[in-house]
Order: sequence, then structure tokens, then C-alpha cells
Amino acid sequence: MTAATRPAPAGATGSPVDLTRRSLLRRRRLTNRVVTSAIALAPLIALVPLGLVTYTVISKGFAVMSSAFLSSDVTFSSRRLGGVGPAIQGTLLITALAALIAIPLGVFGAIYLNEYGKQNRLARVIRTTSDVMTGVPSIVMGLFIYVSWVLLFDAQSGLAAALALACLMLPVVIRSSEEMLRLVPDELRQASLALGARKWRTTVTVVLPAAISGITSGSLLAIARAAGETAPIVLVIGLVAKPEWNLLQPNVALPQLIYSNASSPFPIAQDRAWGAALTLIVIVLVTTIIARFVANRYAIKER
Amino acid sequence: MTRIGPTPVTEGHAMTSTEDRPNVHIAAPSDAWAPGAGAAPQGAGTPVMEMHDVSVFYGAYEAVRGTTLPVRQNQITAMIGPSGCGKSTILRSLNRMNDLIAGARVAGKVTYHGQDIYAREVDPIQVRRKIGMVFQKPNPFPKSIYENVAYGIKINGIKGNMADMVEEALTGAALWDEVKDKLKTSGLALSGGQQQRLCIARTIAVKPDVILMDEPCSALDPIATGKIEDLMHELTKTYTIVIVTHNMQQAARVSHFTAFFTAEVDDEQVRHGRLVEFSETGKIFTNPTDKRTEDYITGRFG
Repeated sequence: MTAATRPAPAGATGSPVDLTRRSLLRRRRLTNRVVTSAIALAPLIALVPLGLVTYTVISKGFAVMSSAFLSSDVTFSSRRLGGVGPAIQGTLLITALAALIAIPLGVFGAIYLNEYGKQNRLARVIRTTSDVMTGVPSIVMGLFIYVSWVLLFDAQSGLAAALALACLMLPVVIRSSEEMLRLVPDELRQASLALGARKWRTTVTVVLPAAISGITSGSLLAIARAAGETAPIVLVIGLVAKPEWNLLQPNVALPQLIYSNASSPFPIAQDRAWGAALTLIVIVLVTTIIARFVANRYAIKER
Repeated sequence: MTRIGPTPVTEGHAMTSTEDRPNVHIAAPSDAWAPGAGAAPQGAGTPVMEMHDVSVFYGAYEAVRGTTLPVRQNQITAMIGPSGCGKSTILRSLNRMNDLIAGARVAGKVTYHGQDIYAREVDPIQVRRKIGMVFQKPNPFPKSIYENVAYGIKINGIKGNMADMVEEALTGAALWDEVKDKLKTSGLALSGGQQQRLCIARTIAVKPDVILMDEPCSALDPIATGKIEDLMHELTKTYTIVIVTHNMQQAARVSHFTAFFTAEVDDEQVRHGRLVEFSETGKIFTNPTDKRTEDYITGRFG
């Protein structure tokens, strides 16, 4: 019956069966072509903004880039360019401290969720809360630290900025680490337990090593994301022009410099913003490349 | 002392296996312990473990009911039966692996050298240390071959020269010659059969008493299966083995005793696993007492 509605088989080859594309319904052929081109087009369109952003930042930022720019102290002068040296140091310092706080906490939290809590009430509450926290706007984290830390001690500081970033990273680390732990096959846990290993030992010596590459790359991506956050930082970090190692003192970070300089009317301030933006992109790019490298390097072969 | 041993499967029984592997242990040893091993190990044949009226529950569901059978020293006890008859569940109750499943509960009594392994003061870790397990799917750790074997030795704090103990375990699992030059490579790089022997090496490295094997050959080809079966015979010199298998010929080839399980539907239409018959393997396969056993081993099972 369906055969009757199809176009008659082409007689050219002499074969009674036409296996060429022409024997398909016109509508099917058309749909196929439309969907295929749409799928091919989508990534191209997605690449346009990415390419434009990268191009603009590199072309504008490259003009001011120099070793002097990377090492000079911060200035808000309308005549001198100044530099981003203290901000690079501040960003690295604050992000590193945030990572030191958030990653151990997040990984241990994930271990609790996947190995111990599983589906109990507390685990479910933690899981839902961290999902919600992932969606909380970053400025809310900044406000939270501002209210609960900066106002309390009456001091903006690098430490406060690190705490805000840690709050941002924590849910991401928890959820990505839990996902990685979930991928560890249960047979490995059973094999270890059947050898007479206790649960904590199984977790530390079998489960964690098996998941470590995924946990590492997930954590590094969380770091890369947090390094570029602006909103929570500007509220709590304060501002300095010279390199500051003391975490209890105000500090300065790259996103903050971009934010404050980009809204300035002076051309030289805007150049500073582009330069700082390029520096930040390079830092994030390097972190991401390290994440990929680590993930591949320690990935469990096979399975 | 009773002389028991598997008898070759007679031609009269239409076995359903499709395996084409002649002369590998079709003729099982006439003696209970490995032939040529000299005198039987001390105490061979005496029950090491005993199950008394053991039922396993998952929540309220009784997966297997009322199982009573002994596990005899330096012998291979096979558990056969159709899928869902609870043979793996029973096997896992022998070293408290069921503890790991939420809601699982064991009723009845499982003893190891007379001691109830489900008694309050018993630590499941100690039980598993004495009663090791090899799983259906080869599951080496994602570590080197050496580390795989050394793992159990380390966690159990066994004293001695690690390299020697690893070599001994790998030799015992008939794997040493194949891997001695690549101990540092990942255990996952081995073939399936080698991986399973690595898992056996890992198990015997901690010197257990009893080894439970849950369908250890079901993921392996016939050649690898043959090697594991040969190995199992070697292992009975030192260890007691309980094996769950889907392959009846395998049970006939390797085991000294066979337990046949089946699934029964009760009045409320709930399926329960049940031990039908336990006997010497030769008897089960040539002269079963129960009609259901006969139907199953001759392939007439519905």
C-alpha cells in the first residue's frame, strides 16, 4: 500500500527496486536537508559572538600589553596608563585561597553525599541546596559576605573576597565531584570490601583515585570561573594600588579593574580595562588548559 | 572418609551447552582433591561453613527461603539454577556482602567453623577477610597489576616481603608467567581472562580460607574459562571454593558438590528462590532425586 504512494521506481537501471535517494518521499528528503543544514549552522552561529569577543579583547588589549603594563602598580590617573601587576597578584592570591577553602570542603561534601549519605534526608537537603546555590546570582554571594563578614569586622579585605569566591565555587565543586564519584563502578567498591577493607579505606584508596581526574578538572574549571567573577569581589575587596600580600588588608583584582576602568570616560582608562581583560582571559585560558591536561593525563584508560 | 567426586556427564543427558571445547576437564578427577597431589589436605571434606535454614530478605520480599547446606573444606561446591533463583544472593550471604545492599536482611544461621557470622559481635570485615570473593565481571582496580595484588596485603597489614607475596599470589593464580615483565602496567590492560585471574590473585593474596566465585567465567571465552577451571582445581589444594554458575557443564566439570536452586511462585504469586537438591555432583547429574532437578539438567526446564 505504501509502495503505491511512492514515486514509481526508476526504470533507468532496469532494476525493479530503486534504492537511490529519489525513491524516498519528497517531504522526507526536504526535512532531512533542512534539519541537517540547521544543525550545521547552529555551531557556526554560536561561534560568532565567541570569535568577536576574543578578537576585540585581543586587538584592543594587545595595544597596551607590555611587561611594564603587567608589572606596574595600579593607577586611576587620566594621563598615565599604569599597570595591572598588583591586580594579577591579587587575583591569583584570592582565587588560590578561595580554592583552598572550597575544594577540600566540596570534595569531602561530595564523598559524604555519594558514599555515605546517598539518599537520606540530610544528603537530599544538601544536594538540593547546592543546586539552588549554583543558580544564585554571584552578587548575592558578595552581599552575603559583605553583611556577614565585612560589616562585622568593619574591614574590606582580600580574605573577604576569597570567602565570597569560595561560596560561589563550593556548590560547583560539590556537584561535579559527586557526579565523578557516581561514575566509579560499584564493582570496585565491592572488590575492595570483599578483600576486607573498611569503607573509609575503600573510599580513600580505591574510589577517590578512580575519580580524581574528573574531580581535578571539575575543580579547576570552578577556579577558572571564579577567577573572572566581578560582582562579589567589588563589594568586599576594597582597593589598593600596590601589591598587597596581607589577606586581612584590602586588595585589588583584575575583574574589578576592568569594571571600574571600563565605565570611565577617559580613553586611557578604557585601554587599561582592555589590557586587564586580555590578562584575565589568558589566566583563565591557562587554567582551563591545565584542567584539560590533568583530566587526560590521569584519566583511567579503558572502561 | 567418604570418597566423593564428580562423575563425567553421561551421554544420556542432553546437555544444552553450546561450548565446543573437548578434553578440558570433561573427565573430572575421580578423587575429591586434585589428582597427583599426594595425600589429601588435612581435614578435607569436613564442613567449613554451614547454612541452617537461611532466608534472605530484600525489604519485606523474601528472595530466598530456607536454605540448608554445608560447604566442605578443600572441595568445590557449585550452585546452579535458573536466573532469579537466588543462588547469587545465597552466595553473597556467605561473606556478608549482602550487608552492602540497603534493606537486605538474613534470617537463619550461617556458621564458619561453628561461629555464627551474623552474630552481633562479629565484624563483617573479618568475615570477608577469611571468606574472599571473585565477581562475575572481572573488576581489577584501575591500578597497576602489582598494586592490584598488593592492595589486600597492605590493607590487612600482612607482614613480609611484598614483592614475594605478590609473586606468590600471581603464581597461585597461574598468571605470573604472563605478567612478570609488566607488573607496572594497568590491570585494565589485560585480557578478560587475565583480568579475572588477576582478581583471583588479588583474592588469594590475603590468604583467605574460603573463596566465593559468582559466575566467574560468564564474561569469558571458552579458552579463558578452561584456564580458570584448571586453576580452581589447583586452588582446592589450599582453599575451599563455592561457585555460582549458569553453565551446568561447568558445575559438572569442576565441582564436588552441587546445590540446585529454583524459583517457586507461592500462593500470592510472589517468586521465591529455593534450594531443591544438594548432593554430590555426580549424583545430581546422573541420578537426581528430585524431578525438578532432572528436568533442569536435562534441558526440559520450562
